[in-house]
Amino acid sequence: MLESYTGAAILLLIATAIAVGMVVATTILGPKRQFADKMEPFECGESQLVSPYQRFSVKFYLVAVLFILFDIEAVFLFPWAILYKKLGLFGLIEMMVFLLILGVGLMYVWIRGGLDWE
Amino acid sequence: MVPLTHYLIFSAVLFSIGVLGVLIRRNAIVVFMCVEIMLNAVNVSLIAFDRYLNQHDGQIFSFMVMCVAAAEVSVGLAIVIALFRNKATVNLDEINLMKW
Amino acid sequence: MIAAPEIDLISLAPVLVLSVFTMLVMLIDLFVGKNKSVLVFVALTGLLLAAVSSFAKTDWPVSSFGGSYVVDHMSVFFTMIFCLSSGLAILLSVDYNKRENIRVGEYYSLIMFCTVGMIILASSTDLIMIFLGIEIVSLCLYVLAGIRRGDTRSNEAALKYFLLGAFATGFLLYGMTLLYGATGTTKLAGIAEALSHAEVLSQPILVMGVVLLIAGFGFKVASVPFHMWTPDVYQGAPTPVTAFMAVGPKAAAFAAFFRVFTTAMPELAPTWEVLLSIIAVTTMFVGNLGAIMQTNIKRLLAYSSISHAGYILIAIIAKGSLATSALLFYMLSYTFMTFGAFSIVILLGRAGKENLELEDYSGLGFKAPLLGLAMSVFLLSLGGLPPLAGFVAKFYIFQAALNEGYVILVVLAVLNSAISLYYYLKVIVFMYMKEPKGDFQISLTPITLIIIIIGLIGTVQLGLFPGPVISLAHP
Repeated sequence: MLESYTGAAILLLIATAIAVGMVVATTILGPKRQFADKMEPFECGESQLVSPYQRFSVKFYLVAVLFILFDIEAVFLFPWAILYKKLGLFGLIEMMVFLLILGVGLMYVWIRGGLDWE
Repeated sequence: MVPLTHYLIFSAVLFSIGVLGVLIRRNAIVVFMCVEIMLNAVNVSLIAFDRYLNQHDGQIFSFMVMCVAAAEVSVGLAIVIALFRNKATVNLDEINLMKW
Repeated sequence: MIAAPEIDLISLAPVLVLSVFTMLVMLIDLFVGKNKSVLVFVALTGLLLAAVSSFAKTDWPVSSFGGSYVVDHMSVFFTMIFCLSSGLAILLSVDYNKRENIRVGEYYSLIMFCTVGMIILASSTDLIMIFLGIEIVSLCLYVLAGIRRGDTRSNEAALKYFLLGAFATGFLLYGMTLLYGATGTTKLAGIAEALSHAEVLSQPILVMGVVLLIAGFGFKVASVPFHMWTPDVYQGAPTPVTAFMAVGPKAAAFAAFFRVFTTAMPELAPTWEVLLSIIAVTTMFVGNLGAIMQTNIKRLLAYSSISHAGYILIAIIAKGSLATSALLFYMLSYTFMTFGAFSIVILLGRAGKENLELEDYSGLGFKAPLLGLAMSVFLLSLGGLPPLAGFVAKFYIFQAALNEGYVILVVLAVLNSAISLYYYLKVIVFMYMKEPKGDFQISLTPITLIIIIIGLIGTVQLGLFPGPVISLAHP
């Protein structure tokens, strides 16, 4: 009975490892520059005590839109993941082609400077 | 089990709210959100039909609709921002350089 | 349990080839320096190869992907028209983009992506694919209409087009959903099959679905009462984009319109015929009467394109194989005339001053006799004067309709044809009978000259010797 949970356990382990790994990696690798904005309780690039009707930078919008675009494409990965075994090699190749096309888009955005903050 | 008609009526009401919003509201962003309501109303019927016909086509269709909606969001917001940079308004009544 | 539909990449060849080349254009754009002319070559090569590869399957009709995609006579002919119109649009933009400082990388790839969508639209026999095709085309056009980011008119055109287009998409989608719900399938052949049963045919949601579909498609082809966006968008969009919009995407929308209504819903014909006839007649009248009042050449051509949508709707009402070939022939000749006319509109403009008022055409006939003559040929052909392409195209549509017994419709269409001559002649009157206002500064580049010559050859050739093309267009 317990064997059927092996997959879930592995997933749990990997997920935990990724989460912990990210925190550890940023702590070790990330640059540490401390300035006033950064020392606030919520570090999100905006100060918290402002009027809610204030406009915020258009840069957020660009990142958000790019995020939506690439995020929503994940919807196609779920059916594929469920049917991974049935679709076999064919499904894998199809999906890689799909991801390659997305990759071309990402590359275009990146090189054109869509991801630069400044 | 909830009968199909209930879902269809819900979807029709949602769709009508979207249509009314597009016709009544004057803020480009709000109009745009109403269009999204319309698309989601359609998604509701698609999934309902899909469930009652016991098929998969409707689900696939609704996936496509979601993706298209996301693409539309990004294009639409980009257009609104480009306009705002030049005119500093998103009120549709003030966007009237060209008429008849 | 879940059988993957048969995959037939060869019948998809034009779509695949064009997609690969579009991505190539995007990537090359990132890595070449200032001189972007290599992009034009890559783009045109892609379009040419796509046109060639549409002949990869010759035993028409080939249905693939479980009946979602078809390579048949109509889809191949339309693919040719799309590749031609996109090629002309790209050529037409080369000088314009330099003049107006438009970033060309995105521009060319958007036109090519749009072409991919158009090919999908003309070849799909599944509502899902048709929806995706329409959206690919529309999204590219929204961006193209607003590609002059600094120009408020261009922004405004894009916003209007976008909001109304997305609104219409909602209706189209709802119509498709109801059709799917009533028949239980999204495949056009399956829908036709389901509709042959009386109990399916009697469902009320079916009629609602058809009406919503007509609204959605009606918007995309710019028919009354869903035409309001056309003049504004045509005026505000960059002129090469306007020319492109008037031809390629419109032809694609008509292809899908035709396919959905004639293959999927012949059983419902009594319902939609009446509705479409009313729409066709009002479209012609509104288009022509609206055009009479215009003083801006781009708006005039926009209203003229609305009226042309009215004539083409008659082909859908007529159904049958004769109507198919009439539709194909009309779209091809419309491509030549429209691109010809718009190339001259672009030629008269210069940086900062587009010269779009009819007044600006005063005296063009003496100052530049050959250009004036070419413009007259295009306009008269649009008006349907023999022996030009426009006349033959209208003649075939009217004949197809008469064969099916739609006499009143044809009479009204002929009447409209006569009205339309008034405003086409008005432009010619300006060109030949008014004193020039100022000097024309026309810098005729070889590329523009080639487009005008292609347009002239097409217009005259299809008018004088339509035989070969008609036989090609006939299934």
